[in-house]
Amino acid sequence: MTTERIKFYQTGTFTAGNRLLDEATRTVQSRLDRTNSLNSGHRACQGCGEALGARYALDAAMRASHNQLIAVNATGCLEVFSSPYPESAWQIPWMHSLFGNAPAVASGIAAALRAKRRDDVTVIAQGGDGATVDIGFGCLSGMFERNDDVLYLCYDNEAYMNTGIQRSGATPPFARTNTTQAVGEHPGNPIGNGKNVPRIALAHGIPYVATASVADLHDLERKVTKAIGVRGARYIHVHVPCPLGWGSDPAHTMKVARLAVESGLFPLFEAEFGKVICSTPIRRKVPVERYLELQTRFKHLFGPPQDTEALAAIQAMADDNIAVYGLME
Amino acid sequence: MRMQIEGSQAVAEAIALCQPEVIAAYPISPQTHIVERLSRKTKQGHIGRCQFLNVESEFAALSVLIGASASGARTYTATSSQGLLFMAEAVYNVAGLGLPIVMTIANRAIGAPINIWNDHSDSMALRDAGWIQLFAEDNQDAVDLHIQAFRLAESLSCPVMVCMDGYVLTHAYEPVDVPDAVQVNAYLPPYDPVQVLDPERPVSIGAMVGPEAFTEVKYFLHQQHLRALEVMPELVEAFEQHFQRRSGGLCSAYRMEDADIAVIAMGSVIGTIKDAVDELRNTGVRVGCVKIGCYRPFPKFQVSALLEKTTRVIVVEKDLAVGMGGIVSADVQSALQGRQISVHTVIAGLGGRSISTSSLKHMILEARAERLTEPYFLDLNKTVIEQELARRRDIRRAGPVAEHMLQTMNVIGTKVS
Repeated sequence: MTTERIKFYQTGTFTAGNRLLDEATRTVQSRLDRTNSLNSGHRACQGCGEALGARYALDAAMRASHNQLIAVNATGCLEVFSSPYPESAWQIPWMHSLFGNAPAVASGIAAALRAKRRDDVTVIAQGGDGATVDIGFGCLSGMFERNDDVLYLCYDNEAYMNTGIQRSGATPPFARTNTTQAVGEHPGNPIGNGKNVPRIALAHGIPYVATASVADLHDLERKVTKAIGVRGARYIHVHVPCPLGWGSDPAHTMKVARLAVESGLFPLFEAEFGKVICSTPIRRKVPVERYLELQTRFKHLFGPPQDTEALAAIQAMADDNIAVYGLME
Repeated sequence: MRMQIEGSQAVAEAIALCQPEVIAAYPISPQTHIVERLSRKTKQGHIGRCQFLNVESEFAALSVLIGASASGARTYTATSSQGLLFMAEAVYNVAGLGLPIVMTIANRAIGAPINIWNDHSDSMALRDAGWIQLFAEDNQDAVDLHIQAFRLAESLSCPVMVCMDGYVLTHAYEPVDVPDAVQVNAYLPPYDPVQVLDPERPVSIGAMVGPEAFTEVKYFLHQQHLRALEVMPELVEAFEQHFQRRSGGLCSAYRMEDADIAVIAMGSVIGTIKDAVDELRNTGVRVGCVKIGCYRPFPKFQVSALLEKTTRVIVVEKDLAVGMGGIVSADVQSALQGRQISVHTVIAGLGGRSISTSSLKHMILEARAERLTEPYFLDLNKTVIEQELARRRDIRRAGPVAEHMLQTMNVIGTKVS
């Protein structure tokens, strides 16, 4: 049996450890008054980025809403690993209806609360990238354009993981999935396809849009807290690595997520009413290869022979993000 | 109050009286007049604090109601045809979740070929989704069924579709007694949900259920439907007490006392059938009519009881199970299992084709003389079919069927009758 030494603190990054932060700004994993909205004992895989993102997002939302929260869940990993009766991991009122209707169900809850004069309750809808950018996209756009009082959280792991790793509209170029296999002339997902839903959300002119990553849970908590304080349609797109689908080490989830941010491939920004108002600067830019080489879904790019053209194209995407969002200023 | 009013407007008035808290709407003919009037009444503040949502699809319309109903709100929407199919996934979901949503189906054909006129293909496609399905005979019936529907749905926590024939009823002006708020409030208690999303008492709704309990959950829904068969006659009695008129019910008979032949149907065609029955009765034919008012749950025993003395049953249905024949007639046949009765299937009124008294009379006499093909298509133009079949034999790339048939018939514009 091979063994690996794992350090339980972050090294080789500029991330300030919790111990160095003052008490009020620390990210605390467990304490007596934490609501554990998504409780332990659920069936997520080891190193699941989505479980981590949901846990931090929802506990932050509970704090910000004074525990007055209702959550809707689209079909997907989060729904499946959290809910099988009688072992629901949800400590909050939680509803699952279908794959493609979470935003509309949430709109309905918000409408019912309005009819009943319950303006103290916050409604959250959540789904993976398949539910958000593909099958539920019509309902999402409808919820946005009506400016319904819903915070939508997309946990983006860049493919349909629950059904066994098939390509979604959020799958990055060249990534291997089971429906974009690493065979033939241009192995993996074609470049030039896919959609950027944070930007589409922004184009609806809704009050708040943000991207976040499990690489910076404190930033995720801050953005969720801010979103809870805003009324109307709000959207947060959270980047959540999937060790199973990405072919990364479950112990490297945070590292992979951080490299996506530090390479510029996943820019962190906030927007209000259709305008980007700020972005999180990259302190030390890393080449995209550092991010890609940790994931077997990009293995075919590293050859032999190395696909220098593909790697250059991905680097160009990162550089473009850095320029567009001013990540190195 | 008795008034001369369009069917859709009358239904909108009835819905408003039921004081829904959330209405979601997406336009599709011929249900649009209902939700248009409701949007106006909501905006004017005539339906309390009711929220009216203009959504982006029928799928969203019903999904909005799923959330609203699970939050304890009384909810309503209306749709037709393609719209009902577009929301099909949510239709099943509502029943599985046990949410007492009320939805009007302004019955309309399903394309292709695209057709906006009346038949029952839409609600038939979703007959087994777990919704109670009531069919209105006329606009008074439509108004009354909607008021009953909310009480029925909420008492069983089971969704109800009120089906009314598109255009034939939705767009027809006829005298309708629209009740007042005092009457409706006395009949319809406030909605007291059996499950509700509440931060004070968190529950998980819609979790995954595996093979260990799935059958039991479905059986429970089936039991709720069987309960509806008992509850509905009580609701009809209570309705009569409150409103001084008899409306709705599982099924009913017309001139069936000594009838050898029974014509069974649903919806607005019942009126025409009654005329045909009257005319044939004048010539000595012992024929009667049975109306099915509640199609799901199917009132097997009640229908069978009405047909006790009958030797021949003709089911006239506005739908088609392609490759099989009748849908309603299959249910009637199963209700009559073990009895020596001939059951004929008559497919009529597809895509809005008029069903005339003379065609019905002719068909009934042909059935009596054992001359009906099974299934029998009322007023079928066989020449067009033969020409098209011949063309297909001769030409491989024969092109689209519908367009060629219209060409053969030399129809310019759309002829309804």
